[in-house]
Amino acid sequence: MSEAVLSLQNLHKRFGALQATNDVSLDLKQGEIHALIGPNGAGKSTLIGQIAGSLRPDEGRVYLAGTDITTMSIAERARLGLGRSFQVSSLAEPLSVMRNVMMGVQALQSHSFRFWKPVARDHHLLDPAYAALERMQLSHRAWTPVFELSHGERRQVEVACALALKPRALLLDEPMAGLGPEGSAKLTELLEALKLEVPILLIEHDMEAVFRLADRISVLVSGSVIAHGDSHAIKQDPRVREAYLGDADA
Amino acid sequence: MTNTTSLSKNAAPATHAESHFDRKGLVQMILLGLLLLLPVAAYFLGHTYYVNLASRVTIIAMAAVGLNLAIGYGGMVSFGHAAYFGLGGYVAGISAYHAFDMTPFMSWPFSVPGSDSLLVVWLAAVVLCALLALAIGAISLRTTGVYFIMITLAFAQMIYYFANSWPTYGGQDGLPIYIRNTLPLVDSSDALTYFLICFTGLVLAMAITSRLMKSRFGAALTMARLNDVRLATAGVSPYPIRLVAFVISAAITGLAGALYADLNGFVSPSMLSWHFSGELMVIVILGGVGRLYGPLAGAVLFVMMETFLGGITEYWQLFLGLVLLGVVLFAKHGVMGWLAGSERNE
Repeated sequence: MSEAVLSLQNLHKRFGALQATNDVSLDLKQGEIHALIGPNGAGKSTLIGQIAGSLRPDEGRVYLAGTDITTMSIAERARLGLGRSFQVSSLAEPLSVMRNVMMGVQALQSHSFRFWKPVARDHHLLDPAYAALERMQLSHRAWTPVFELSHGERRQVEVACALALKPRALLLDEPMAGLGPEGSAKLTELLEALKLEVPILLIEHDMEAVFRLADRISVLVSGSVIAHGDSHAIKQDPRVREAYLGDADA
Repeated sequence: MTNTTSLSKNAAPATHAESHFDRKGLVQMILLGLLLLLPVAAYFLGHTYYVNLASRVTIIAMAAVGLNLAIGYGGMVSFGHAAYFGLGGYVAGISAYHAFDMTPFMSWPFSVPGSDSLLVVWLAAVVLCALLALAIGAISLRTTGVYFIMITLAFAQMIYYFANSWPTYGGQDGLPIYIRNTLPLVDSSDALTYFLICFTGLVLAMAITSRLMKSRFGAALTMARLNDVRLATAGVSPYPIRLVAFVISAAITGLAGALYADLNGFVSPSMLSWHFSGELMVIVILGGVGRLYGPLAGAVLFVMMETFLGGITEYWQLFLGLVLLGVVLFAKHGVMGWLAGSERNE
């Protein structure tokens, strides 16, 4: 049995009267894609916030590779190997793709209080960033400013940024959102190849992609995990069909 | 093919950096060259007044170089940089005062005498301004946007009123520096020598800014300005990066303040007032926010308008306002953007 890379234990988060996260426990094992699905308002964003570090849980712990990261800052978690992408792509748009990806490499190598050596010729930064871009099949766009990229390409850049951290786990927040069928298929392919190296916690609305990619699926409704299993079990689960998929067949 | 990531292949394409070289490099050389040559010519023609005017341009440009690091490169709109300019000035003034009087600045717990050495004054100004900025920045940088503007202004005004009401050093009347502080080997009281000292300071401040912004620190600061969530997600905490940039920015402005006090032989609370913070911001915006030569272009324009238009009418700031309006509406990248073309990030 493989050890969990990322593990959430009994997380609770409450905003006033709203129980946004209610006793959620999840784990992510080496070599898998674990999908988290749920209807709007199920508390997915709140849960992601607690994993990524923008929110603190009221109760419960978050572990990354055995380290308790519950109270760590976003940056500390990133350096420890938690890579993430955002639902709405969040990149420095005037800068080149390379500059965006290099930042993760830089954070990994040392602190950023290095004032003298120019980064533009620093191959300790350039080469690993280039390699991350190649993984995402984007190396031909390395020196293009982000604002010139298509939506799909930005998605790939986000994943490349996360990869630059040499992550132990990836947290991808709706990476398929806004992609056409073609872009979605391409990203699905890239993620499938990636999971052997880095386990992925995938939050996604695109059911086709989820059922194709996910080894395990957890369904979040009203802050609680109501079902958990492989895609076959989830498709058959009557509670899931009621809460999430409606009555129509998926 | 995928594994042949040769060294040259990954490097930034040089074309981006060089596509504007001709025009931009030329404009920059002309600007710096004129600033250096005109005072030299004026000096040998016997117009000391213009040499001192050039020193004034140079020093104010240097103060704006400091502010530009905070505003232009770091995205921290400080409305309180007069605090560092004034503190630098008071360091020069107070040090000269005690050296002249031969009284100690303080006698307990350490005995600190005054000094008439420029090197000592500069070092003290830089260190004290850095410490002040560390304290102000540590608090102010917990806020953003309008709140950051207001809190930096509030701190600067506190120091302004403090200087106003401290009778030992002249209070609101200010403090004269009877004899300009000195340097070994050269005669700092000579107008041209002092101009060359200031010019060297300006060039150094610009060179440091340029080098800094190309380094890893500069990359992180740029990212903090453009998207601090991205920076944190990449594993770098934005707050310490901003704080260090703020401190360096204040130290540069503070050194300019020390030079200014020695140029005028006088330091007063007006160096600390919010008017001056505002003037520095106007200069940075006029010249081009986040442009290396922007503060220089802005300072030249500002001091020229102040001197020559101000000689014609006391309402010269009306014209300054019109120019600023024109720049903000039609030349978003300031005078440097207009003269040298826009800059492209790599």
